[in-house]
Amino acid sequence: MQKLYLLLTALLTLLMTVCAYAEENRILCASTTSAQNSGLFDYLLPEFEKDSGIKVDVVAVGTGAAIEIGKRGDADLILVHAKELELKAVEEGYFVDRRDVMYNDFVIIGEPNDPAEIKEAKTATEAFAKIAKKQTPFISRGDKSGAHTKELFIWKEAGITPAGNNWYMEAGQGMAKTQRIANEKQAYTLTDRGTWLAVKDNLNMSILFEGDPILFNQYGIMAVNPKKHKNAKYDKALVFINWIISEKGQKTIASFKDKNGNLLFTPNSK
Amino acid sequence: MSNPFLKAVELIFSFDKQLFDIIFLSVKVSGFALIIASVFGIPIAVFTAFKKFPLKSLFINIMNTFMGAPPVAVGLIFYLLLSRSGMLGFLGILYTPYAMILAQTFLAFPIIASLCHSAIVGVDPLLKQASITLGASPFTTAATIINEARYGIMSALIAASGRLFAEVGAILIVGGNIAGLTRVMTTAIALETDKGDFELAVALGIILILISFTINFSLNIIQKKGKKELI
Repeated sequence: MQKLYLLLTALLTLLMTVCAYAEENRILCASTTSAQNSGLFDYLLPEFEKDSGIKVDVVAVGTGAAIEIGKRGDADLILVHAKELELKAVEEGYFVDRRDVMYNDFVIIGEPNDPAEIKEAKTATEAFAKIAKKQTPFISRGDKSGAHTKELFIWKEAGITPAGNNWYMEAGQGMAKTQRIANEKQAYTLTDRGTWLAVKDNLNMSILFEGDPILFNQYGIMAVNPKKHKNAKYDKALVFINWIISEKGQKTIASFKDKNGNLLFTPNSK
Repeated sequence: MSNPFLKAVELIFSFDKQLFDIIFLSVKVSGFALIIASVFGIPIAVFTAFKKFPLKSLFINIMNTFMGAPPVAVGLIFYLLLSRSGMLGFLGILYTPYAMILAQTFLAFPIIASLCHSAIVGVDPLLKQASITLGASPFTTAATIINEARYGIMSALIAASGRLFAEVGAILIVGGNIAGLTRVMTTAIALETDKGDFELAVALGIILILISFTINFSLNIIQKKGKKELI
């Protein structure tokens, strides 16, 4: 029994050393599944680490959840895409130093034979209205993410309340998984172009509507307000923000291509 | 589409660094959770088996109930506790392996405490009497009984480790599935499946199934061995 305890104590000591978590030069960024699933962070962050020596850890959730994580002080900065929600959170004093970083756009994808004929629609709201009229299945993110916020905005513009209809399903999942569900259910969904391009090879779907200005998708970055959460590593977060909006950071974003060679994001910090 | 199984096997045998980092982290997190839960769980099991104290049966009932606690709910509780805005926020360990170890310890503890307690209680009471009659000290008596219950205790540890390795709900919430820091086998499988990159997911799935098979296989052997020795 004593031997056993000796062993356990030894192992516990080992735990303290093995798991020694390098506190000093890391910051935590809460961001969105769309930015992570596209592979942008894997490309961007090593470059930043090379320049600054700071390691950025990314927790990828929906935009709504990322803002919430930042508000609670569990991250040092956030990179999300729902400008109105971001500005509101800044106004409430939770975040500081918000900057535009880059953009891409949303597209409506679905089964290639396009049962609701949204290819002929002139605007995104018209496309949504056609889907609702034909009652073809539509998968919503349903998770307060940036894409979900945009989708709800379009429904509102179209004057339609989709919730409660049996053709309208809320997945409550990330962007890639929502596309996968739409693929399985032969449904339409609204997705950011980045995630679409990153995972489309595994799906039997195509872009059926794109190009309406309403589908513009702005990404912004902001630091957790150190006055609200004194543990937030504001100085290092600011180093990252300044880097990502710098010429070097913006060029890196502009040169990011997915595995098929598509450019996914357009930098626009200026 | 290429066969993800072939690619997965290739990944395993080429000792892909990303793959083995993830496996190593899983082993580390669940392993340490198991150790810490045992350090507290086994003595408590011994204590509850040998001593009478107020509300003892209530305590045992609670332990039994928590054996099946849903990991997602446990994860949520620890998330709220460990969050900067939570009671234990000053620790600053949310989204680190420490938080994952803590949550998993909480999942393993009731299993170890409860199953070890049953194992110790299940030892033939004659042994205790004989030990005392032969003049053994209380400590030696306890040691003898624990030794007799060793197969039951080992089974408890194995059952707990099976739960920890397969668990995804709690570690996803408190760990955040951060690449290279808190991404373990189960959370990596969930993410790679989302992305439609099945190679890594399948490779991890194969390893995970092998681990769980090994765990259950050794559980069987130990239980059989235990039965034989008792006869």
